[in-house]
Amino acid sequence: MNTTDSYSREVTALLKTAQIYGINGPVIYLKGNTGFRMSEMVYVGREKLVGEVISLDKDMTTVQVYEETSGLKPGETVTATGNAVSVTLAPGILNNIFDGIERPLERIADTGGAFITRGVSVDSLDINKRWQAHMTVSVGDYLHSGDIIAEVPETRAIVHKCMVPPDVEGTVVNVVPDGEYTILEPLITLELTDGTQKELPMMQQWPIRVARPTHHRFPASVPLVTGQRIIDTMFPIAKGGTAAIPGGFGTGKTMTQHQIAKWSDADIIIYIGCGERGNEMTQVLEEFSELTDPKSGNPLMDRTTLIANTSNMPVAAREASIYTGLTLAEYYRDMGYDVAIMADSTSRWAEALRELSGRLEEMPAEEGFPAYLASRLSAFYERAGMMHNLNGTDGSVSIIGAVSPQGGDFSEPVTQNTKRFVRCFWGLDKSLAYSRHFPAIHWLTSYSEYLGDLAPWYQEHVSTKFVDYRNRLMALLNQESSLLEIVKLIGSDVLPDDQKLILEIARVIRLGFLQQNAFHKDDTCVSMEKQFLMMDTILYLYKQARALVTMGHPMSVLKSENIFEKVIAIKYDVPNDRLEMFAQYKNDIDEFYQRVLEKNA
Amino acid sequence: MSIEYLGLSSINGPLIALEGVQDAFFDEIVEFVVDGTERKIGRIVEIYEDKAVIQVFEGSDNMSLVNTHTKLTGHPMEIALSPDMLGRTFNGIGQPIDDLGPLTSTLKRDVNGLPLNPIRREYPRNYIRTGISAIDGLTTLIRGQKLPIFSGNGLPHDQLAAQIVKQASLGDNSGEQFAIVFAAMGVKHDVAEFFRRTFEESGVSDHVAMFLNLANDPVVERLITPKVALTTAEYLAFELNMHILVILTDMTSFAEAMREVSSSKGEIPSRKGFPGYLYSELATIYERAGIVQGVNGSVTQLPILTMPNDDITHPIPDLTGYITEGQIVLDRGLHGQSVYPPINILPSLSRLMKDGIGAGYTREDHQDLANQLFAAYAKVGEARNLASVIGEDELSPIDKKYLEFGKDFEARYIGQGPAENRTIEETLDLGWELLGLLPREELDRVDTKILEKYYKPTVKED
Repeated sequence: MNTTDSYSREVTALLKTAQIYGINGPVIYLKGNTGFRMSEMVYVGREKLVGEVISLDKDMTTVQVYEETSGLKPGETVTATGNAVSVTLAPGILNNIFDGIERPLERIADTGGAFITRGVSVDSLDINKRWQAHMTVSVGDYLHSGDIIAEVPETRAIVHKCMVPPDVEGTVVNVVPDGEYTILEPLITLELTDGTQKELPMMQQWPIRVARPTHHRFPASVPLVTGQRIIDTMFPIAKGGTAAIPGGFGTGKTMTQHQIAKWSDADIIIYIGCGERGNEMTQVLEEFSELTDPKSGNPLMDRTTLIANTSNMPVAAREASIYTGLTLAEYYRDMGYDVAIMADSTSRWAEALRELSGRLEEMPAEEGFPAYLASRLSAFYERAGMMHNLNGTDGSVSIIGAVSPQGGDFSEPVTQNTKRFVRCFWGLDKSLAYSRHFPAIHWLTSYSEYLGDLAPWYQEHVSTKFVDYRNRLMALLNQESSLLEIVKLIGSDVLPDDQKLILEIARVIRLGFLQQNAFHKDDTCVSMEKQFLMMDTILYLYKQARALVTMGHPMSVLKSENIFEKVIAIKYDVPNDRLEMFAQYKNDIDEFYQRVLEKNA
Repeated sequence: MSIEYLGLSSINGPLIALEGVQDAFFDEIVEFVVDGTERKIGRIVEIYEDKAVIQVFEGSDNMSLVNTHTKLTGHPMEIALSPDMLGRTFNGIGQPIDDLGPLTSTLKRDVNGLPLNPIRREYPRNYIRTGISAIDGLTTLIRGQKLPIFSGNGLPHDQLAAQIVKQASLGDNSGEQFAIVFAAMGVKHDVAEFFRRTFEESGVSDHVAMFLNLANDPVVERLITPKVALTTAEYLAFELNMHILVILTDMTSFAEAMREVSSSKGEIPSRKGFPGYLYSELATIYERAGIVQGVNGSVTQLPILTMPNDDITHPIPDLTGYITEGQIVLDRGLHGQSVYPPINILPSLSRLMKDGIGAGYTREDHQDLANQLFAAYAKVGEARNLASVIGEDELSPIDKKYLEFGKDFEARYIGQGPAENRTIEETLDLGWELLGLLPREELDRVDTKILEKYYKPTVKED
């Protein structure tokens, strides 16, 4: 963000300044009519701390500071920059880790050591690195906003497409030859409609609180395949969709997000660690550098950007970090990529809003949260979507937000308001987590509104029976839940055999299908085809076992065969590349059927 | 810097306002002289032009609008650091109270600390053997972790913390320098005395720096105590390459103190009257655990907090759980059955455990065994619920087996002597022995190969 320092922009007007009047934590007050603009970025004090204007009246300007304010004095100078808080967009974003306002932590460590000091002025992106650019336009072309002007291999996995910034169009009058350029060197010169000329480098800037323009939005039609059975089969999310993962501490929100970030079929992952643990970010960084992307075989970090604002970093930057990540995601979407955002956790962001709102002495609504919580949340989630971009490509931004409800109680304001704006809800359950059933997404409280939208995709790409099978599994699980109510009162021994069978099959579904081991090499990510075959096997077992029970064979005999355990172990025993082994399981089930018949003949 | 301001413009609880100050900055420390004799210090918490709101650490007793001289110190809250701090006792704001004289050190640090850059953190992987089965086996403590003990009033959290200190400080890591930083916030005199005695008995007292803010000490001082302690810990760990175990007790008093000060500042309360920044404040304390790359030292935190009314959803334990890397939860029911340590393993968790155990660290079967014990013990709860409705006799044979497993598990695995120091092998083997009470087909969390190797049915001799 401080790139503004290091290269000359067209700064014509004299920068406005004002003096600090009061300081209260991250909020500072400037007296008088300063002429600052709303959401304008400012530098505060001698140390040039980064801040943003959040309210204005004729007597007082209020600024939130993105860094620790201790040491500031009344009377120190605040300088306006003339620009809204924005991010720098150019090659170099991927395989990088930034703080909440796009300052690379690597550079901060180079200048400040192991601890993050204040007022660090570093470039968002490396301005000296030369990137190999392949030009895709020629002199005389008329370019519109968003048109791709050059392609730059950013990492082994991703080709970065440099675009004409939104709101700019004109005729190309000069193009540099293919070659190596820094992000600030002009690549083309445009003659604008008003006759002036404008040079376009690789880099552009965009304010974080404004959505990047698109042509139009598509309805959801393609799932974001995550390799996680309970998500892909039971509660799928579409590319361009929104999902919330609420759960108390220790229920596995972060783990679920890590799994999706690792294995989903998105092109780009933006992982926002918003107010979470420092060690977790370190872990993501380490693990993602070692793991390889199943699609391209490159390190996962090649398609990943991390935004780290850990819980002990300043609270105002925590509020901004969500928007920083979102804007980066939209930028890659404009290139035609499918981007998935992991926001961990949106509750910390909401709490940052509450904290700042409290400092501003605004009237609190529910539980001290400001009344605009709902509108902020909706504005955030609405920036997701499958879009037709200005340049004619199609791309998507999917948002997966973790929610950390206070006391694990889903009725609190952040969870409730989030529920209104997301279409996919993966409710994590404490009792599942306690018995170490992971992912602890509870099948009875979760839902996905995308199921209907995605049904045609499943029929075409997996199997025509897929949705039907999925619904049958759900029905069995629901029956189990009502049977368990009875079992709780009278024990399972008194149930009739057909109901005992439902309990047994539901157990197979829970342990063999829903439960998934993130640390097992085959089970950690499972293809749609294997998911379907597993369902197929379980339902076939149910069909045969039900036939036996209907004929009057007691459940105790059925259970004495180890076929149920064998089906549960499919997830470990069938490697992902040997799906032909499923045929053997059908034979085993048939043999089991015959054996029981013979035994009781 | 030598300007002294005479008098104050208002006093409200621990907060005072001073007008006409010049050149003061936010978070600056000020010194007061009351009545020409009594010295106090305070911190500027809000400032508007020439009017400063100051929080007095020792409380505003005895201060009047006219009898107080105020001097700006020109620096934020600092503490003098030296290797000699080990073996010493300090008050809540880091002043020696053990009659051994002041510390001679020129090295001073801002107690607020700075956030550790995630890219310079080293991911914690070395486990600390505590000799307590429920912790080593199921919620393994990792060096550089922050693992709080969630307890209630009257539960033996102090004994547990003391046992961990004793047993972890001996044992395998004797080659490395080990020290303890102990911070007491609003604890009873007896508790502080108990810890002091324990440190002495186990022969580590010359490796302990104690920061004591007792229950009758000023409330505001408590807000600074953990920061002072952690600044010391960071210095010892990252500059003197020592492995530091920090015990913070009781975090509930710290949070209560914050609420008290917040309400006298007239701030808008969020949950249960706690200020909106409770999470951020707790985070700045807990996040100061960890390991820095290239430094052979670590800060491991063992905060203790008493859950008000044993309620784990209360804001203090709730927010703590969201920041720390797991928790050890003590249970009144188990305590009532005289199980020591009364650790309720189901809500207990160590997030860093998965990377610090298994082949190469403890033993290959550790993770599977732990998962299975958790799953089996969860079933024990279900069987007990059922038994309480239909009676134990009506249970199915398998449920009866679970009840038996549950009883043995609580008595022998969770329960152990207050001086019993088990090796990791003993803990793991005991786990398998108990799982042997269950039929093999019930063990659905264990890899088939590991089951082959370790599982054998236990025959109970009557």
